[in-house]
Amino acid sequence: MTDLSPAPRRAYIEVEDLSVQFPTEDGLVRAVDGVTFSIDKGQTIAIVGESGSGKSVTAQAIMGLVNARTADVTGHVWVDGQDIVGMTDDELRKMRGSTMAMIFQDPMSSLHPFYRIGAQLTEAVNVHNKVSKKEARDRAIEMLQKVGIPSPEKRIEDYPHQFSGGMRQRVMIAMALINSPSLLIADEPTTALDVTVQAQIMELILELQQEYNTAVVLITHDLGIVADAADQVAVMYGARVVESGVIDDIFYKPEMPYTLGLLASVPRLNQVRADRLDPIPGNPPSPIRLPSGCVFNPRCVYKDRVEGDLCATERPALLPTDLGHMVRCHMSKEDREAVATIALGTLGRETA
Amino acid sequence: MSTSVAPSALPVVPDEDEEITGRSLRQIVWSRLRRDKTAMVCLVILILLYLIAIFAPFITSMLGVDPYSFDGESISDSGGGPIGAWGGISSEHPLGVEWGTGRDILAQLLYGLRISLLIATTATILTTFLGTTLGIISGYAGGKTDAIIGRTMDLILAFPFLLIILALSGVLTQRLTQLGVPDGNPSRILYLIIVLSIFGWPYLARIVRGQVLSVREREFVEAAVAMGAGRPRILFKEILPNLWAPILVYATLTLPTYIGTEAALSFLGIGVLPPDTSFGGMLGNSVSYFSVVPSYLFIPGTVLVILVVTFNLVGDAVRDALDPRAGRV
Repeated sequence: MTDLSPAPRRAYIEVEDLSVQFPTEDGLVRAVDGVTFSIDKGQTIAIVGESGSGKSVTAQAIMGLVNARTADVTGHVWVDGQDIVGMTDDELRKMRGSTMAMIFQDPMSSLHPFYRIGAQLTEAVNVHNKVSKKEARDRAIEMLQKVGIPSPEKRIEDYPHQFSGGMRQRVMIAMALINSPSLLIADEPTTALDVTVQAQIMELILELQQEYNTAVVLITHDLGIVADAADQVAVMYGARVVESGVIDDIFYKPEMPYTLGLLASVPRLNQVRADRLDPIPGNPPSPIRLPSGCVFNPRCVYKDRVEGDLCATERPALLPTDLGHMVRCHMSKEDREAVATIALGTLGRETA
Repeated sequence: MSTSVAPSALPVVPDEDEEITGRSLRQIVWSRLRRDKTAMVCLVILILLYLIAIFAPFITSMLGVDPYSFDGESISDSGGGPIGAWGGISSEHPLGVEWGTGRDILAQLLYGLRISLLIATTATILTTFLGTTLGIISGYAGGKTDAIIGRTMDLILAFPFLLIILALSGVLTQRLTQLGVPDGNPSRILYLIIVLSIFGWPYLARIVRGQVLSVREREFVEAAVAMGAGRPRILFKEILPNLWAPILVYATLTLPTYIGTEAALSFLGIGVLPPDTSFGGMLGNSVSYFSVVPSYLFIPGTVLVILVVTFNLVGDAVRDALDPRAGRV
């Protein structure tokens, strides 16, 4: 460590210029490129983006789960003043599960099929604490109670296959929170669940977040969940954050054409049934050959508003437009607002 | 046979009072195995054979036979052939006597079973241990470690197994003797065990390595890593339990192969030396007298076949019990 006196960190979690690259035979895969955001305890940031936009790799990098042998991770992830990037395996192992925990997408396969859930929960306690069997078991039962598993002292003896998907996700949440971590990463926690269960699980996560004052990084592509759960949103596209800000800014005052397209492609109740959804034209970029300039430029319908071929040649910086609202776009602020009015107008949406 | 429904496939109606409790995979497999009649019969036979092998000295002394004592009265003075029909079967010698020495065949069979099972079982345990450990390390570590273990496996698999065993037997048994293993049969038995294991583990290691490659990418392993589990825990508590099925099947099918291989090697003269015997040795002796005393060949041959077939049937049954979909085409 050359930095002997690190600058006082503003937020509990600070991700600074985080990049993850995978050298492959076909070329360098840029999975995450200069991602920056920060959150405090008790707050939720949603990272939104389509498949391959780099949101899951961002989550893995924050947990230190990206294999150093196959990937280059640069930048910083400050968790309570400690940099995750560059930690040894052993240091990371001590942080995982105690300071930071993760909930995975598919609860059906995240629990070990051979062990009773009680054994798995107490194991999670024992990895980080020296406690007696009885204490660990009590802790496990208490956690199961908290995540809403009925008669936990009985269910603790059951195997994962005796639980439904939603129940298993509850168990996963119990396991993630059993050591009261201060950072919880939820990687699409509701994607594999029924729609009816999704809301319950999100509610549970938020409820426990309040109780434990946990910082939550929510990875999702479901804007409905984001609207309910997040305080802040970072929209990712082509490995970069293209727009970020507090939730109302992103939903009601979006300025980046990709965010506009994303919002326009969500089905709405007030939409006429025969109307087709408004998809974003084109395909997501290949992470091996990201477009030059603005990553979104090949699909952007507004790029004629920018002079010359700036969009295709120069990479726009992530610049603040309002307080705490960052946008990565070459258009002028006036143009961005005009474009947003047009796009949101076609949705027939009332302004906030 | 899509129309026939096996009785085991019928739904089991639980008692009304019976509480539904979770069963571990081991319990499920065991209950499936118990329903398989062939497997259970074979398992009983195997257990009996093992008991017979373990208690061979008691049994022989109870029957009043002995594998080492010569019985000059049961063989003819002229050619040394057994007196009486079927190789000299009598109340004194239930399965006849050996040509030339008059030693009791039943007693030799029991002692031979002992040595065959000792060699095959120990070699199987050693093979399974080596194959599992090296396979897991190779699959999980990847990179250089994987390459080194992988090339070693290739090298061993490429060796002309039989030739090496035959060529090295003299030198290596001598080396074992120098290392303090008692001269003669103990060192020859140890040599066979070592050689069988060294040439056997790569097959299992390859299977295990392949499984590890797929299991380690499963989400529960990732979840355990994210929970802060250390490497030994990941390897032996998260990954290893998923490998029991192939390991168990491989082990149960390797054991009969080793019994056969041991017999073949003894037949070729690498196995135990007289006065001790094993199946291969008895078969080897009997060949010269086959036209006169066929029972001498058939008796150890039949026992050998029973042994190998029952082991194979149990192995198949274990595989079916572990993977119930495999058998129902």
